[in-house]
Amino acid sequence: MKETFFIDPQRCIGCRSCVAACRECSTHKGYSMIYVDYIDRGESTATMPTVCMHCTEPTCALVCPADAIKVNEDGVVMSALKPRCLDCRNCVNACPFGVPKYNSEMHLQMKCDMCYDRTSEGLKPMCASVCPTGALSFGTYEQIVPLRRTKPVNAHVFGNQKVETKVYLMLPTDDTEVSIGCGVFEGRVTAQNERESWMEAQVEESNKSNEF
Amino acid sequence: MGKVGKFQEIVDAFGPHLHDEPKGGWSANREIEAIVPTHCPYCAVQCGMNLLVEKGSVVGVEPRYDFPVNEGRLCPKGVTAYLQTHHPDRLHYPLIKRKGMFERATWEEALNLIVSKFKESQEKHGKDSIGVYSGSSLTTEKTYLMGKFARAGLGTRYIDYNGRLCMVSAAAGNNKAFGVDRAANPWSDIPFADVLMIAGANCAETFPVLNKFLWEQRDNGGVWIVIDPRETPTARQGDLHLQLKPGTDVALANGILNVIVNEGLIDEEFIRTRTNDWEATKQIILKYTPEVAAGITGVPAEKIVKAGKVYGRAKTGMILHARGIEHHSHGVNNVLSYINIVLATGKIGSRGRGYGTITGQGNGQGGREHGQKADQLPGQRSMLNPEHRKHICGIWGLPEEELPQAGVSVVEMFDKMREGEIRTLLSLCNNVMVSLPDTNKVRESLESLDFYVHIDFFMSESARYADVVLPGTSWCEDEGVTTNGEGRVLKINKAIEPPAEAKPDWWIIREIAHRMGRGKYFGFQTPRDLFEEIRVTSKGGTADYAGITWERIEKENGVFWPCPCEDKPGTERLFEERFYHPDGRAKFHGFEFAPAAETPDDEYPLIFTSGRIVHQYLSGNQTRRIGFLVKQCPEPYVEIHPDTAARYGITDGERVRVRSRRGSGEFPALVVKTIRPDTIFIPYHWGETQAANQITNPVLDPISKIPEYKACAAQIEKLSGERSVVTQITQSEVVK
Repeated sequence: MKETFFIDPQRCIGCRSCVAACRECSTHKGYSMIYVDYIDRGESTATMPTVCMHCTEPTCALVCPADAIKVNEDGVVMSALKPRCLDCRNCVNACPFGVPKYNSEMHLQMKCDMCYDRTSEGLKPMCASVCPTGALSFGTYEQIVPLRRTKPVNAHVFGNQKVETKVYLMLPTDDTEVSIGCGVFEGRVTAQNERESWMEAQVEESNKSNEF
Repeated sequence: MGKVGKFQEIVDAFGPHLHDEPKGGWSANREIEAIVPTHCPYCAVQCGMNLLVEKGSVVGVEPRYDFPVNEGRLCPKGVTAYLQTHHPDRLHYPLIKRKGMFERATWEEALNLIVSKFKESQEKHGKDSIGVYSGSSLTTEKTYLMGKFARAGLGTRYIDYNGRLCMVSAAAGNNKAFGVDRAANPWSDIPFADVLMIAGANCAETFPVLNKFLWEQRDNGGVWIVIDPRETPTARQGDLHLQLKPGTDVALANGILNVIVNEGLIDEEFIRTRTNDWEATKQIILKYTPEVAAGITGVPAEKIVKAGKVYGRAKTGMILHARGIEHHSHGVNNVLSYINIVLATGKIGSRGRGYGTITGQGNGQGGREHGQKADQLPGQRSMLNPEHRKHICGIWGLPEEELPQAGVSVVEMFDKMREGEIRTLLSLCNNVMVSLPDTNKVRESLESLDFYVHIDFFMSESARYADVVLPGTSWCEDEGVTTNGEGRVLKINKAIEPPAEAKPDWWIIREIAHRMGRGKYFGFQTPRDLFEEIRVTSKGGTADYAGITWERIEKENGVFWPCPCEDKPGTERLFEERFYHPDGRAKFHGFEFAPAAETPDDEYPLIFTSGRIVHQYLSGNQTRRIGFLVKQCPEPYVEIHPDTAARYGITDGERVRVRSRRGSGEFPALVVKTIRPDTIFIPYHWGETQAANQITNPVLDPISKIPEYKACAAQIEKLSGERSVVTQITQSEVVK
């Protein structure tokens, strides 16, 4: 599958229609596999959508002791297989992007699988279909990139770990990779005892536990 | 709660309760029997969507990629709209209030009671003792019917609609400048504008899918100038943000045009050949140097200069605006001042050169075209024009002497209730206890009525005060047309039957008309019959629908009005050749700056403003029941700048009292740098003690009669360190 996600944080308006639409996807009815966070509501209205980045060498799969996370031939990293998932949450803790969540009712790790039930049949994922602004788009590199003035980046550096992803971030820079501590990930350092924004806490409460 | 009676029992019985999953629960094994293409019930983008129907229930939504406006896109309200349809709070039976509580009644019983009370009211107090207050989230067929019902059914002059609270300043401004009330361009023109000036419009949160066109413009190399007191998501994404003091738009628009004039960037040929009254306007504009405008607006002069140069030098450009400039006691002047910029630069009448207002309600455009406005007859004709009155009476078969005179706007209608002139109210799909300014006065108005009938599909804050509540239908249980914000007439399709004994609104009104003995004017059997009547009555009017048929709408993905002939296309772009005034020319209107009706003083030192958020729609009667939406923003809050918060010792999340001369409410503080230090903001979608409209000023624009929601004087008070709690609906009340 040549199509993939292109995430353009500049365009995100924090509406969470992607989150609402993800629940409508037929394979994981009612659960959303995408998250939208305020970057720092006190400073700005900026928000950021997070989907699985579908790493070329996914850390979540590498640390899975039960080989429950499969990467299919299209490069899509799937949710954990139910018969194999051990509830160990290694994947949850290991993912550098903080994507997989543990579903305590189903005893299963679940995460964005690029709407494989839809995309394998030529449809767009629900989240990218509904996104009002194009903060989240789905298509081929050749289709999307010429339309934008932002630059696609799919290399991410986390300390000593460099991760290449199927999903692209669209950035208003000429950087070829995203390093923690620079670019869009550069944020205000928050003291440990500083309280989070009350609204952020209300909206994102469920995301903090890494569980559904 | 006075007349509302057993308040808590009513809330317990009818909600709002949260509901958050399709009928039968979430399932991967649906047996979908029909996919019904239709449009979203909320804002005026009117996104196309496909509804999934299983066993007679709408159980989900699927993107509708073939509709050119949204191409599959939806905001969170659109994605979850289908959850209204089988919501446990739905009204299923007619209700009559007895001893303070609503009791189930039969249709026969309820309709007979209504008709006897209506007749009694008119016999005792005259025909005008009944007021009719209608909505703009209805189909155009229903809005037309409400206008006809008031005039030909009840014979009352008192009818108005809730578009009065939204677009009327734009409508009045458009009529004065252009001679017609409609957006000048289709939204597909937006990507071709080199510059967009977005004034008082937080498109990101209020019309999210319009952003598709805005970002296409950006991708083409275009720039945005955003004018807003708050750094909204729209303003954050803009290239130039003019963060003006609320209520100072005339000065800012004059200042921008002053730069354009002084830089020699006006289009003299356009002004000379296609407009009137420029010289008089120019004399006013010349007084508003960037420094003068900066002193009034608080926007740095260099930013005003930059805005003037960027807009003026651009080859193409458009101005879009919304309630931020319209909700003022000088709303019409604000609109006309921005239109002056459009006309002086000749940026109108071609692709990428134009103007439009962003319409808040789903059918805000269609709802103000066919006669439910206090002063209007079908086809944007005037109640005050003898020829128009004669024309419509001829079609209706109504003796001219029976057609009442023009009435008054809704805020004035509510004044007349307190004064005892209006004794009975029929209200359809609106929620005045949330949407009108000065809520405490609105409550007094409702409590002063002899008899109040409310039609809706959920029990709203206002319906609680009614004597009879009749169950109407949600948007996908009926059919008809709406007109979106660009003037495109669309078809809403029926997906399912109404639940239990709920009835279409048009059926209810027809029944009342027949029982009032006025059946000869209401012989239609279906919404299609009503639409055919609209085609006839609008023919030859400004908003001419004569050439539009339901079949054409489906085939052409909507038809733009005016469309006088079935064999010719509708009019996508206005003003390519001429404007709609008799001489074909547009008109300039120059204004001196005048402050808001109420400005800060020692006692009330802050400017209060209100607005919308992306997760709620208008009065929230529909969206405050959808679990997903409520979870995103459970209650209203007050945005305060950190400097202001520090001055009062307020920290983020702390509860504060916001007070004006009308009333006060307690809200958690959201301390953010995205608002001016002299301004505070509360979203307005909640009612009762959470209503922003306890605070707002009911003073009206003298022309449009729109209230001044966007600027009044207020004070804040820290409340003993109490932290934020979710007060509206707790999770324990979630309906599984």
